[in-house]
Order: sequence, then C-alpha cells, then structure tokens
Amino acid sequence: MEQPQIDGAGAGRGSFKSYGTGFLLSIVLTVIPFALVMSGALPRSAIVFGLLGAAIVQMMVHLHYFLHLDASSAARWNLLALAFTLLIMFIFVGGSIWIMFNLNYRMM
Amino acid sequence: MFGKLSLSAIPYESPITMGAVGGAMLLGVLILALITYFRKWPYLWKEWLTSLDPKRIGIMYIILALVMLLRGFSDAILMRSQQVLAVGASQGFLPPDHFNQIFGAHGSIMIVFMAMPFLAGLMNIVIPQQIGSRDVAFPFLNAVSLWLTVAGAILVMVSLGVGEFSKAGWSGYAPLTERQYSPGTGVDYWIWSFQIAGAASLMSGINFLVTILKMRAPGMKLMRMPMFVWTTLVTNVLMIFAFPVLTVALFLLTLDRYLGMHFFTNELGGNMMMYTNLFWIWGHPEVYIVILPAFGIFSEVVATFSGKRLFGYTSLVYATVAIMVLSFCVWLHHFFTMGASPNVNIVFGISTMMIAVPTGVKIFNWLFTMYRGRIRFTTPMYWTLAFISTFAIGGMTGVLLSVPPADYVLHNSLFLIAHFHNMLIPGTLFGFFAGYAYWFPKAIGFPLNEKWGKRAFWCWLIGFYLAFIPLYVLGFMGMPRRMQHFENPAWHPYLIIAAVGSAVIALGILFQMIQLLVSIRERHANRDLTGDPWDGRTLEWSTASPPAVYNFAEIPVVHDIDAFWDRKEKGVAYKQPERYHDIQMPMNTSKGLLIGVFTFLFGFAMVWSIWWLAILGALGMIFMVIARACDDDTEYVISTAEVAKIENERYRQLRT
Amino acid sequence: MTTDASTIDSIDPGQPEHSDTVAIQAFGFWIYLMTDLVLFAAIFATYAVLGQNYAGGPTGKDLFDLPYAFVETMFLLFSSATCGLVMLAMYKGRKGWVLTGLAVTFLLGLGFIAMEINEFYHMILDGNGPERSAFLSAFFTLVGTHGAHVIFGLIWMAVMMGQVAVKGFTTPVQSRLMRLSMFWHFLDIVWIGLFTFVYLMGVM
Repeated sequence: MEQPQIDGAGAGRGSFKSYGTGFLLSIVLTVIPFALVMSGALPRSAIVFGLLGAAIVQMMVHLHYFLHLDASSAARWNLLALAFTLLIMFIFVGGSIWIMFNLNYRMM
Repeated sequence: MFGKLSLSAIPYESPITMGAVGGAMLLGVLILALITYFRKWPYLWKEWLTSLDPKRIGIMYIILALVMLLRGFSDAILMRSQQVLAVGASQGFLPPDHFNQIFGAHGSIMIVFMAMPFLAGLMNIVIPQQIGSRDVAFPFLNAVSLWLTVAGAILVMVSLGVGEFSKAGWSGYAPLTERQYSPGTGVDYWIWSFQIAGAASLMSGINFLVTILKMRAPGMKLMRMPMFVWTTLVTNVLMIFAFPVLTVALFLLTLDRYLGMHFFTNELGGNMMMYTNLFWIWGHPEVYIVILPAFGIFSEVVATFSGKRLFGYTSLVYATVAIMVLSFCVWLHHFFTMGASPNVNIVFGISTMMIAVPTGVKIFNWLFTMYRGRIRFTTPMYWTLAFISTFAIGGMTGVLLSVPPADYVLHNSLFLIAHFHNMLIPGTLFGFFAGYAYWFPKAIGFPLNEKWGKRAFWCWLIGFYLAFIPLYVLGFMGMPRRMQHFENPAWHPYLIIAAVGSAVIALGILFQMIQLLVSIRERHANRDLTGDPWDGRTLEWSTASPPAVYNFAEIPVVHDIDAFWDRKEKGVAYKQPERYHDIQMPMNTSKGLLIGVFTFLFGFAMVWSIWWLAILGALGMIFMVIARACDDDTEYVISTAEVAKIENERYRQLRT
Repeated sequence: MTTDASTIDSIDPGQPEHSDTVAIQAFGFWIYLMTDLVLFAAIFATYAVLGQNYAGGPTGKDLFDLPYAFVETMFLLFSSATCGLVMLAMYKGRKGWVLTGLAVTFLLGLGFIAMEINEFYHMILDGNGPERSAFLSAFFTLVGTHGAHVIFGLIWMAVMMGQVAVKGFTTPVQSRLMRLSMFWHFLDIVWIGLFTFVYLMGVM
C-alpha cells in the first residue's frame, strides 16, 4: 500500500488540535445565535448584530481551521481569489438590494 | 412517451423555415457522405473527436463559430429584407411570430454560439504556446467545455425544424418568458441552450485562469506575459464571476416555468424586474468578455506588424484590470428606463462613463505603438486599423447613452442597436477575424490568401458602415428596435441603405469562404516551414506550424516581454537543445464527446417534457464523469527517441 | 561554467513536470468554489429581494422550527469535523480509519438531508410549497440548492469510499479526497449563512 505522497500543497494541512479547536469554536458560535433568537433576551437590533457577528466569525473559523486558509505564500492566490469573490458578492448582493428596493418603492 | 413532442412540432406551414431545414439537412447528409466516401471516420475519431489537445479543440471551436456565424447572419439578412419590404400596406414576407423568433435567434446565436466559441477557440490554440506551456491545466474539462457548447448549438439548430425558438429576444425578459405568456417550447430551447453553453464557459473560465496563473514558463512573471494572455486572464475572471449569475437567472425562470414558482411572475409576490437585474449582472460583463480578447489580439497584431514593442505595456495592463473591476459596476445602464430613481441611475451612469477611459488609454497605446514603426499592411493589420477608427465612434455613442436622460429617449431604439453592433462588429468580430488570419498559419500550417482576405475586409468595412450608420439616424428619428412592420415612410430610405449594407457584408462572407478554398488549394506552395511567418515576437512563433502535440520539446526560460523576440536578439531563437526527455501527454478519450451527447439529450428532453429521457441524459452525464474519475490510465508517454525524431525533422525543415 | 540566470534559455526537467498537478487541481477546485459562492450570492440576493413577498401566505415565523434547524446544523457541523479527521487519517495512511470516517461523515450528511426533505415534505403537504408565494419559492430554492449540493457531495463520497477500498491511497485518490473535503467544508460555510439569514432572521 502506498504511503501518502502529497502534502496538501495549495490546500494546507491540519492537525487534531486545529480541527478540534475549530469544531468547538463552531459549536459555541452556533449555540450563541440560536440562543439569542430563541430566548429573545436582548432588543432586536442587538440580536441582529449578534447573529451577524457570530456568522462572520464562524465562517472565518471554518476558513482557517478547516480550509487552512492563511497568509502563507502557498495560499496567497486562494486568499486573493476569496477577497475578490467577497467584493463581487458585495457588489452583486448589495447592488441588487439597493436597486430592487428603489424600484419597488417607485414602481410597485 | 414523447412528452409534448409530436409530428405537429414540425413547422410545415412556414415554407421559408422548411426550406432552411431541408437545405441544412441536405448539407449535413452531404458532409457525412463525403466523410464516409473518403473513409475518414477513423481519422476524424482519433485525431479530432476524442482529442484532448487544445490546439485541436481550438480549431473545432472556431469551425463551430464560423458555421454559427453563417446561421446568425442569415437571420440578419432576413430581418433587413423584411424591414425593407414591410412598410405601410405591405406586411413583408415574415409574419410577426416568425420575425420574433428570428431576432431572438440572431442575438442568441451571435453572442453565445459565435463570439464565445470563437474566443474560446483562439484561447485554446494560442494561450498554452504563448505562456510556454504544453497544455492547459485541465485537458479533459477543456474537451467537456467544447462538447457542451456543441450540444447547446445543436439544440438551437434543432429548434428550427422541431418546434420553435423563443419569441422573447436574446435577453428573455419576464414575464413574457413565463409559461403564461410563452406556453410553447421556444423559451425552453433558449433557456437550455444558454444554460448548457453557460456551464461550458464557466468551466473554460476556471481552466484558463488556472492555466495562466500556474503553468507559465519559468521566468514569465505576470508583467512579462504577452498582452493577449493578460486580456485572456481578465476575460476568464469575468467569466468566472458573471456566468454563475446567468445560471441562477435562467434556473429561477426554469423553476417558474416548470414547477410553477413565483420568482418573476405577475402574481403571488413575483418581481419581474429582478430577472432584468440578474440577467444584466451577467449581461454586462459578458460584453466585456467578448471584447477583451479582441483588444488582446489587436495588441499582438499592432506590435508584430509595426515591428515594435507594444507601447505602454504597464498602462495597458492596468487599463485591462480597471476594465475588469468596472465591468461589474455598470450593469444598470441596460435598464435606466425601468424606473429607478435619478440617484441610482446617475451612479451607474457615471461608472459607465468611467469605463470608457481605460479603453481610451488602450487606443492611444496602439497608436503610439504604430508611430515610428515599420508598418506592414497585412490582412490582420487592415482589420486592426479599421477597428481603431470605427470602434471609437461606437464608444462615443456609448458615452452618449450612458447619460440617463439621453438614454430615456434612445433606449430600445435603433440607435442602441447601432451602438452595440458598432462595438461588436468592428470590435469583437474584426478582432476575431484578425486573430483568425494571424494565427491560421500557426494552427493549420499554411497561411490564408491575402488578396481574398483584403477583398473580404473591404466588403465587411463598407458593408458595416452602410448597414449601421443609417440605424443611428433612424434611432434619432424614433424608430424602435425589433419591428416586423412600420408605417412611417420617412424611415424607409435608411432601411434600404441598411439592407444594401447587409448585402455587401454577405459578399464579404462569400469572399471569406473563397479565401479558405483558395488557401487550401494553394497550401503546398505556401507551406509555413519555419513556424514564424510574420517575424513574430511571442513564444507561439517559436514552435512549428502546426506545432508538435507537446508544443515545446524543452520549456523555454523567459527573461523579458516579447520572449521570442528577446531570444532572436540574443541569437538563441533556434538553438537545438543538447538532450531530449520523455514527455507525458493526456491520452484521447471519447468521454468528453459522450458527455456532450448525453447533455444534448437531457436538454432536448427537458424542452419537450420527456422525463424518462431527461433522467437518462442526466444519469449518463453523471456516469461518464464518475467513469472518468475512476480511470487511472489517462496519460501516455512520448519517448525521448520519438521527441528527438520530431525535433530533428523540425530543425531539418528550418535549415532548408 | 558560469550559469548566470539571464543566460539560461530552457530548463532541464530533472523532475517530472507533473509534480505540481495536485496543487493545480486543488487551486482549480478552489476557483470553482468561488464560482459556487457567487451562485449562492445570486440566489441569496433573490431571497433578500423577494423574501418578504408572502402573498397573504405564511411567513418564516409561521413555518420555521428553530430547534429542528439547530439539530440539522449539528448534523452538518459534526460531519465537517469527521471529514477533517478523515483527512488526518489519510495523511497517516490509515485506510481503515479513512473508510470508517467517510462512512460516518456520509451518514451524518444523510441525516441532514433526511431532516431537510422531511421539513420540505411537511411544508408541501400543508399547502406551503414553493408555488404558494415568492417568499416560499425563494426559500425552497435557496435551501434546496444547498441541499442539492450536499447530495452531490454524498454521491462523491460514496464513489471515494469505493476508490479508497479498491485502489488505496494513490496520488489521484488522495487529491480527490482533498477536494471532496474542501467541498464539504465549503457547504458548511454556506449553511452558516443560510441558518443565520433564513431561519434565525426569518423567525424574528
């Protein structure tokens, strides 16, 4: 049987500790938003910020601990591609919302 | 058993259509018969249909593009003829139903099945060689892209004889394209052919982006790449980010039509304007996708035939990247009149005006490249010179249209049609024709006849002006687009001139066909023995014409822009290496073609609601992909001895 | 013999040229994931625009069961974790662990899908299917597209279990497993966006 020959070049490598940390952080970052909404303990705007914050942080946790995204030279093009994609998503989603709500107000 | 399909789908009542179908089938049978008579099926199968060589795949893409150019152009001739005849009491010869299918087919074919395959073909032939590579990053994916595009094109061609095509134009606005207002199969043909071709383009985008970023020859830093590689890189970024949105727009429309959902319907909460929004988020980058490769071709041609390095390389790169970012920020200018507030309109108006600037930078760079050069007036240079002047006119009308109040008057008038044809024909099409003439000897092994090329050029140029300048005037006079019939006699003279223009273009196309035949007939006398018929500057001219399957026996090391010119100046352009090595290349496979076949069956079945066939097609596609993934035997080795033999023959030819 | 870099005209490939094939495949797959992000963004934008068009029908508050969604989320998150463990086992060359891990990941993913299909089924039975309103069309499509991706991932996982069992850890097999794990983690990231903006926000 062949031993693994690749070293995850381009996609990085993890360790039990890093996967474990990512997993635990993700659980916490999932419980918090669900608890916030289900308990209704805070005012609405605070909950919304909490949801957004938890979501963004958990996505970053996944990107770093599971997808091994970092600033290393091997991952540089990946990081750049992701950054550009996020910019495009912001333009498409934000632009669409702005345009469509504007049109809705004037035309519907 | 056959869903909605029955014999009544054949358009017996339309003699023009039946004539076209009959003619096409006759031609098809003739071609198949000739191939059989000359016993070329094994050759065709082994060397072309199962090939993973991007040089072969590129040629097949261009053949598809040229065939679809003829189909799209015949739609144009029909429209021009109809508009010349259908004034006042006369209804012309095309009833509205038929005319509406024609303008939809014309736009759909020219953009998605002529321009996209043409640029994919040129990229396939040129990019690996220009970056000093042997292949693209994903050769099998490359073949899949080709055969999916062919599947989409065949779907459009089949719609002529079986059923109908969409009557809602190439942009397919809702709610006209909803099942309620377009109950037939026309819109479905349009949806599935676009969806399939769109997936192919997305895959190509990924493929060439990775190829350019990861497979360049050593020493070829980004700022040493040929300009065509830069524009291809940016084009592929645009493809990667724009096509998923088209996929979604079409997918949501499909869900409305097939499952009764309410994304773009009139009732139960649908918003038809969201379709327009999504379509143009794709649609605007799409037009930059078709123009940027042309800009790259012009850069190559201008430098080569001025005998000078391209002027302002750095500013050209930055201009291209600026276009890349800006082209995602202008899409609303396609629907200024849909009713958004002045604030929204002017933001997109300003971004649209801004995008003219980097293109202007490019024009100056090309002009400065020619200044004090030793210009050779070859056919590619003719196309380039005509482009620079004529495209500028279209660019200016674009800036005019970017002013929202002006657009309110001119939107959907013939002024708009004249503007975008002024971009697409002198820009995209002339660029692709220049690339076709420029790289034909490299791909095929002998050049195209210059005399007939120039004759064709003049017909295209004069024909273009005659066909489209009157449309600018008509737009100012208030004539809308897509009219099957009109009452105003004042418009008539201009439409006559436009029809004459289309006839002159038809002559140009005829000359291009003659050019091909003459070039083939004279091929032995004109064979390109050096691989460098133009005294070129970039690496593709260092290979044989046509190149060996592996392009380079030894990957070159790059030290400067215009890597081949650099080697010529240093005297190492044709230095034969001391030793050769085994070279590994991908093996042929029929799986790409088969995926195309299954996808065509899937698309056709979805159009006609033949569900068992749709499932079969989908399963076939998936099965082929899995089969390929389980195949370990996908490469073969060209031995050192074999490489030496090929190279020694090449160098022997160089010495003669 | 001086070998100034500027005089080297070509390389002598002592190494086979395909030594970086795995990295190229991983990068290409990453770019595909970026296109998938844009795909989801477009559907997501549609949900944002149409998400309040209830057409007199039910809203998110009426329909969404948060504890249910939490359990679904845990299925997917746990499967992401086991997928990570599969990769660690692969680097150590442990075929048995990899097959077991893939099977567990598969079952967890299947659990997620089963819960989702169940949710959709009951909504449709109650007359709240995607044809009821634009909001419901957008909901079913956004969540359903994610589910369809997960199903394709499960098919891929099954194929990989077969490949690992039959071929062992060849380089292409390892490369495919790497890309599968990238895909699987990516789907979990998209789900974070979904449960936050569709379920949690939808209920408030």
